[in-house]
Amino acid sequence: MKAILSVIGHDKVGIIASVSNLLAENKINILDVSQTIMEKEFVMMMSLALPETIDFQELTNKFNKLGKELGVEINLRNSKLYEAMHTLD
Amino acid sequence: MDSQQIYETSHMISSENLDIRTITMGISLLDCIDSDSDRACQKIYDKITTKAKDLVKVGQEIETEYGIPIANKRITVTPISLIAAASGDHDYVKYAKTLDRAARTLGVDFIGGFSALVQKGFQNGDKVLIDSLPQALAETNYVCASVNVGSTRSGINMDAVKKMGQVVVDSAKLDYMTNTKLVIFANAVEDNPFMAGGFHGVSEPDVVINVGVSGPGVVKTALEKVAGKSMDIVAETIKKTAFKVTRMGQLVGSVAAEKLGVPFGIVDLSLAPTAAAGDSVAEVLEEIGVSQVGAHGTTAALAMLNDAVKKGGLMACNHVGGLSGAFIPVSEDAGMIKAVENGTLNVSKLEAMTAVCSVGLDMIAIPGDTPSTTISGMIADEAAIGMINNKTTAVRVIPVPGKKIGETVEFGGLLGHAPIMAISNADSSKMINRGGLIPAPVHSFKN
Repeated sequence: MKAILSVIGHDKVGIIASVSNLLAENKINILDVSQTIMEKEFVMMMSLALPETIDFQELTNKFNKLGKELGVEINLRNSKLYEAMHTLD
Repeated sequence: MDSQQIYETSHMISSENLDIRTITMGISLLDCIDSDSDRACQKIYDKITTKAKDLVKVGQEIETEYGIPIANKRITVTPISLIAAASGDHDYVKYAKTLDRAARTLGVDFIGGFSALVQKGFQNGDKVLIDSLPQALAETNYVCASVNVGSTRSGINMDAVKKMGQVVVDSAKLDYMTNTKLVIFANAVEDNPFMAGGFHGVSEPDVVINVGVSGPGVVKTALEKVAGKSMDIVAETIKKTAFKVTRMGQLVGSVAAEKLGVPFGIVDLSLAPTAAAGDSVAEVLEEIGVSQVGAHGTTAALAMLNDAVKKGGLMACNHVGGLSGAFIPVSEDAGMIKAVENGTLNVSKLEAMTAVCSVGLDMIAIPGDTPSTTISGMIADEAAIGMINNKTTAVRVIPVPGKKIGETVEFGGLLGHAPIMAISNADSSKMINRGGLIPAPVHSFKN
């Protein structure tokens, strides 16, 4: 399953490193990364390939915990949500 | 995928209260009809708890995987007046309690369909159901009821209008909260996923999934970016926003239907406010430019909003249905409450707004000593607006015993609080007591 991980919040040292570490620990491959500043906020998007067998709830919990530690909002969503809202096929 | 688009969607969900308001499973009970009411109720309970056994679980799975809140999981059933009629029972409270028990077992938020369709006349089951309404609603927690008293094709059943005024008064005497679960319609739709007026029409499939999407906050935020621009731009902005939101509903509905192994029915994009800050239809109208909802110009702004929402939703999904548009409940909308408290918004203005919104006079608290014939008059007026304008209209008013105009009543939770609103003191009883049928209007004859 393709998923999008979004990280939004105040910029600080180590956000990308911490997120990437957690992904590696869970054996998740990063397909694409982009990072920018929007409306004065740090915004990072990662496109991920998730194994079909993955426990989505457990992974979401881990990222929620990391988000709290870093003081940023991290969301993990099936990429179909964004495709549905922004593209016509 | 563009970062800006991902950011926009994330922001809609985290800051602008975008949510799937409900995944509603419609279940036909036509195969549960039995002349023995105990046997019928057992069949009803068994069918609902079998067909919907995974509804809550699937809803939660979608919430997790797509990161989108699903506020409610609900069930609608075939109008009980049709199902129970064969039993010959003298009241249908037993049926309401069966629905309530099924809802509790499944963990759903509401079950709708304790309903009767009497726009042209009553069959015996309709009469028994209407007489059972006060007790049925007072003794259940999850059951929602509706009665359709008029339609463009059939006219208005004034005997039903009279009866329903009395039902509202009788229900208020048992517990005024019962009237938050009772909607009196004209032109009721058969695939409405929203409550309290949802039921599963007889022409619907055996089981179906309908989805209701909301998000007044999203529309307001989009409009903030076009401040001062012409109405064309405002309408276009609403359309584009409605399109995106409805696409999300289409996705969630199709995923839910697939997981549950049932057909996907419709998406209903209704801007349905909640008492939460920033989740207000009144604030959208104020963003369009009226200083406070109720000011002159409000009806025009609402007409444009309602139409643009429908247009945006139409292309976004396979089948649009339900009520799709903007709801204007008073007690569930912080902006409406403020306008009533300020004296800017009154019942007359709300009635005018119902000619162009998606439903009708909704969640309006009125004095507890309001005569039943005055409430019937309000129902008749709304039904007439619906009948003539080919649209759904409804009345959900809440007489609060012991409360006078200007006082406040607390409903709690999603239902918010409401100021008791002034209504006309003039008597409507002579007209209401005439009874009979208001004939269908000339434009109903289309064959």
